[in-house]
This record gives sequence, structure tokens and C-alpha cells, in this order.
Amino acid sequence: MPLIIKNNQVIEDSWHLLQADCSLADALAQPQPIIVPFTLWQNHAVELKQLTKLGVWLDSHEAIEEIVEDLPLFSLVALNFPTFTDGRHFSSARLLRERYAYSGEIRAIGDVLRDQLFFMQRCGFDAYAVRADRCPHDALLSLTEFSICYQSAVDCPEPLFRRRVLKSA
Amino acid sequence: MYLYDHYDQQIVNERVAQFRDQTRRYFAGELTEDEFLPLRLQNGLYVQRHAPMLRIAVPYGLLSSTQLRMLAHITRKYDKGYAHVTTRTNMQLNWPKLEQVPDILQDLASVQMHAIQTSGNCIRNTTTDQFAGVARDELVDPRPWCELIRQWSTFHPEFARLPRKFKIAVNGCVNDRAAIEVHDIGLEAVRNSDGELGFRVLVGGGLGRTPMLASVINEFMPWPHLLSYLEAILRVYNRFGRRDNKFKARIKILVKALTPEGFAKKVDEEWQHLKDGPSTLTDAEVQRVSQHFTAPDYQSLSDVPELLAEQDAQHPGFARWRSRNTTAHKQPGYVAVTLSLKKTGVPTGDVSESQLDAIADLADRYSYSEARNTHEQNIVLADVEQTKLLQLWLEIRELGFATPNIGLLSDIICCPGGDFCALANAKSIPVAEAIQQRFADLDYLFDIGDLDLNISGCMNACGHHHVGHIGILGVDKKGEEFYQVSLGGNSGRNASLGSILGPSFAQDTMPDVINKIIDVYIEQRTAEEQFIDTYQRIGAQPFKERVYAPHH
Repeated sequence: MPLIIKNNQVIEDSWHLLQADCSLADALAQPQPIIVPFTLWQNHAVELKQLTKLGVWLDSHEAIEEIVEDLPLFSLVALNFPTFTDGRHFSSARLLRERYAYSGEIRAIGDVLRDQLFFMQRCGFDAYAVRADRCPHDALLSLTEFSICYQSAVDCPEPLFRRRVLKSA
Repeated sequence: MYLYDHYDQQIVNERVAQFRDQTRRYFAGELTEDEFLPLRLQNGLYVQRHAPMLRIAVPYGLLSSTQLRMLAHITRKYDKGYAHVTTRTNMQLNWPKLEQVPDILQDLASVQMHAIQTSGNCIRNTTTDQFAGVARDELVDPRPWCELIRQWSTFHPEFARLPRKFKIAVNGCVNDRAAIEVHDIGLEAVRNSDGELGFRVLVGGGLGRTPMLASVINEFMPWPHLLSYLEAILRVYNRFGRRDNKFKARIKILVKALTPEGFAKKVDEEWQHLKDGPSTLTDAEVQRVSQHFTAPDYQSLSDVPELLAEQDAQHPGFARWRSRNTTAHKQPGYVAVTLSLKKTGVPTGDVSESQLDAIADLADRYSYSEARNTHEQNIVLADVEQTKLLQLWLEIRELGFATPNIGLLSDIICCPGGDFCALANAKSIPVAEAIQQRFADLDYLFDIGDLDLNISGCMNACGHHHVGHIGILGVDKKGEEFYQVSLGGNSGRNASLGSILGPSFAQDTMPDVINKIIDVYIEQRTAEEQFIDTYQRIGAQPFKERVYAPHH
């Protein structure tokens, strides 16, 4: 089984990620649980809802608003990074957690490299499928590179300026 | 100026460790060239023609004498003994070794400095007026707001991989010396009819390949909401800005595509969710930051016009210098002094290690141990006692900072160009120098009066040529360097973009071309007109006719 980082640990991944062009028949033939591409979900929600545990993945141009209604059905939302320089899904993850109160797994997939992880963690990701040619154990180290951050984000909603005041009060 | 507490210091220290490890991994082959690229860029590190270039952040231009001495030390220890003041008020090294950059960062961190986000597709150094806190026309001191934005934007996790670079400027004066209309976001601190402080928000200005002036999207955003509103703007840009084409990826393209009204609506919808959330600024925090920018311990003095007039009469050179290189001060008995880094023969904005040390000493002795980089690439001592002005002038004459040309034609804004920059199509430094040599006569320069001449070596426009009264752009024509001239740009309030005059010129003809343009102005001007006024009145045609007239 491939390894992923989940909740700050390297573990074996039980999920099966389906390709963008996967058909419904192919999907249902795969070992469960599966992460289906958003378009498959759009076209076959009725059939896919039958699965007890389901994940969906969005490409970087696909907006999370499209799945907001269906969020309770997903145990996992995976967000794809076609390249490591694409930051659109940093916003998607924050919206999922902060606006839509999604509490399932948010997983980074695609061109996921060590040096994005700290930012991803702050934005609400809790799982990282580090690119297959890279070592997830190495990547894990990046999650603790900074001990202090200025801004409000998912990992720490109070910005530093509010905590500074508390401390000095 | 802002002093780090242990939190700020720890963030910078952890950054040094992070970048040291990233550099190690790059040399160990664990990071490819492409993977290292955004990491080193967001640390100000370009690979240039000769060596990497390291851009050191100088938040909103402020430097302490301690920091200046460290910069001098760094240029001696790791570089070739000089640094360059950039048009984002940062300091640039042209010859560092990549493997030594972590050590440079460590030295910088020891004086509360860094190179975070000085390049790359992220929020860059926030800039402001070089006379912040001392300008007579100031309504609101922009520096605390710049610092609040600096902290908010430093390693902002959501905006670390934007479609393109992102620049914010803040103005708090009647005049606009911060060029807010040509920034991705321009903020103008204003007070409403109840006297409450807020910000007029402009979005979508910028130079580069597709120059545009910013549009106002909000006339008054009350100060507590500044950061949440910025966050809403950046989120809309991060999500919907184009990423398919580097040249269409700046926010100005998105604003234009959606129309300013459409963009404003999208931002407002986003902001409704963020409003009154945890990023809402508190009075306590604004006060905490503001107390770092209170007035220094001024003595109670009076202005001394008689003394200065007397000194002017004795020293015509002093009079000339004073008329250009000093700026009126809020506080009676004080004056702000601009050290000119535009001496002919020295590349624009370059400053040597001994000069950096000297500026540190001057700052200690004359200006409460502080200095300021300007986006016009000079350095300001903001709080000089008027009675010490003559003494200061005598000293800086020896140091090469007393060229009396601030705001004149030879006070050229100029990028490093093809001599250093890998992006440049053409050299810019030799063109600047040739023009400075042509206009070396001070009487003539003074007669020409206020004139912004800006030179960029390529259309990325680091030399801000679009907003020069005269703008010069280096272009490549079949492997040869040519220069396109535009007229009528202006970076102040009611900013405007220059219009291209016509076909480009060979490098060696540039002083003649500028000469002809100036001749037309001299012939056509009325008594009270500056160059830009004459241009606006008579238009481009007379200049075109002269410059492109057939030879006899």
C-alpha cells in the first residue's frame, strides 16, 4: 500500500484514487473505499451514494462551492495540485473548513512536495499524498518548521496579534 | 521604527533554518532546479547573468544605523563591496554565492532583517511615502499600517502560491509619493466626516507589459476591517486570477475582465463572510504597533530661515543643494534631507560599503539613527536639525551624496538592466549615465526643473518607465539594443501612463533624443510650467516632429 501523511504521521493509505476519466463501471469494480473525480460524482451521484464510504477529488479549476450540498456524503475531499506552484486549493481548503465546517479528511494530491505542506496544514489539509518519487518521512519534517505564525488560519484561528495581547494582559 | 519582539525574531530565525535546509537539499539533489525556483525566489534570490542576486527586504524603506552597518558588513564579507537600492525600497546584492545565502540570512536576522517574499508569486514588500511621519502634507502616518500589513502578509499560508507577484502601497498624504495608483492594491488612509480612520482601496494598477492605473473599489473601509478586506481581495485573486498565461496573471487583468464594479462585488461578497472575524484589527494591536512610530525626542526648536538664507548667500552650492535635496518638515526647526544616489558615473541607486557605513554614522549623528530608502532610489535622513544642515552638506559632499538633483532630470530611476539582469532586453545603466553626462550643467538642469526620467531595460518595467514624465524602455530588435521613448507618464496623484512617441532609437543617439525633447519644452513652456505641464498642454506632436525630423 502507498504511504501518505495523515494527522502528522506516515501511514498506509487505504483509499483508492480514481483517474479523471474513470467510468462508473470501473469505479464500482475498484476495491473500496474510492476517491472519485468530481465529474463522475456529478454524473453518477445516485449510484455512488450507495457506497458506505466515499471520497471525491477536485481539480484546481473546480470550485468547492460545487460540492457544498453534498459534503455530508463525503468522508474525504481530495484537492488536486496539477503543479506545486498552483495555490488555488489553499483557498478551497480554508473555505471547506472555515465556511462550510467540513470535518472529514482534506487530502492534498498531485504535485505535492515537502515545501508546500506547512502552508497546506495551516489552510486545513490534514492528509498529504506526497508525490510518489519523494519520501513522505522527509516531508513530515516540514510540518513543524515554524512554531509561530502571524495570521488567522484553520490551524490557529486567533491571529498572533490577539494572542500577543492576551499574553501581555 | 518597529522593533521585533521574541515572536517576530523567532519567525525570522526559523526562516533562516528553513532556507538553510532548502539550500542543502538543492545542493544534495533532493530538490530539482524547478522545485527550488519558487523557494529561492520567495527568498529574494534570482539567478542572474553573473551570479545569484539577493534582494533583502527593507520594509517600507526604513533602516536603522545598526542595520545599515550590517548591510555594509554583508557587502564586504559576501559580495563585492556595494549594494543597490531598488524601486521597492529594498537592498539588492549582485554577487552573493548561493551556498553563502543562509549565512547572509543569519547575519540579517541578527539585526531584525530578512529576505522574505522580496520576489516570487507572493505578496511583496509593502511600500509607502519616504517622508512618512515627517511630511507637512500628511494626514495619517502610514507606517503602522504598513507594518500590520507586513505581518499579515508574511508567510500568509493561503497566498503563498499566487498567480503572480503582488504589490501593495500605502499613502497617507495629500500628495501621493507612494505611487498607489500603479500598485496591485493601493491604500489611501483617509478620515470620514465623523473623523474616523479608514482606507480608500484601489485595485488593479501596475506597470509591466500591460500598464494600467488602479480603480477604486471601496471609498472607505474602516480600519478594523483592513486585513479581512485585503484577505477578501487576495482570495478572489488567488482563486480566479489567470494562471494559464504568465503575462495575463496579474490582478489588473482579472479586474479588467470582471470590470472594477464586478470585481468589487465579488470582493464584497467574500468579505461579508470574513467581516468581524478573527482578523478584525483591535485597538490594542494598532496601538502596540503605532507606539514604534511615534515622533522621536524632538527638541523644541524654531525654523531658522534667516540663518539658512545667510548660509545660502555664503555658499551658492549649499543654496542649490538645499533647494532640491531638502523637504519641509512637520516639526519646527527640522528638515528632511535626501542623499542623492544619482551621481554621474555611479549606477543609479548603488551604494558602496563605506558609504553604507557613512550613512549609518550620519544617521546616528543627524537623524535619530534612522534612514529611509526611497522608491526613486535615494536615501533620506528624515529628522535633521536645520541649524546642522550646512555641516551635514559639507560632510556629504565629501561622500558623494550631495549632487543637487533630487527631482531633476538626472535623478533617474533605473533598473540594473542588461549589465546584471537576465530578463533585460537592453542595458539601462549606460543610457542613464550618457544622459546624466549630457545634462551635467547644473544651471541648465535647474532651468529644466522638475522632471522624472525613468529607464527600464525590459517591459517588466522595474525602472517604472511608464510613469516617467520621460520614460525609456530597452527593446531588442534582431539582437540589437534599441530604446523606445514615451512621454507624459506621472506617478503622483492623478497618475497617468506615458504614450509611446514613435519608433525606437539606437543607444548612442539617446542623449540627442532627450536633448531634442527638452529643447521643445524649453521653447514652448510658459513661465510657470514644468515639463509635464507643457506636455499636457501641447501634446506629443511637437516633440514627435522634432525628434523624428529628417536630417539636413
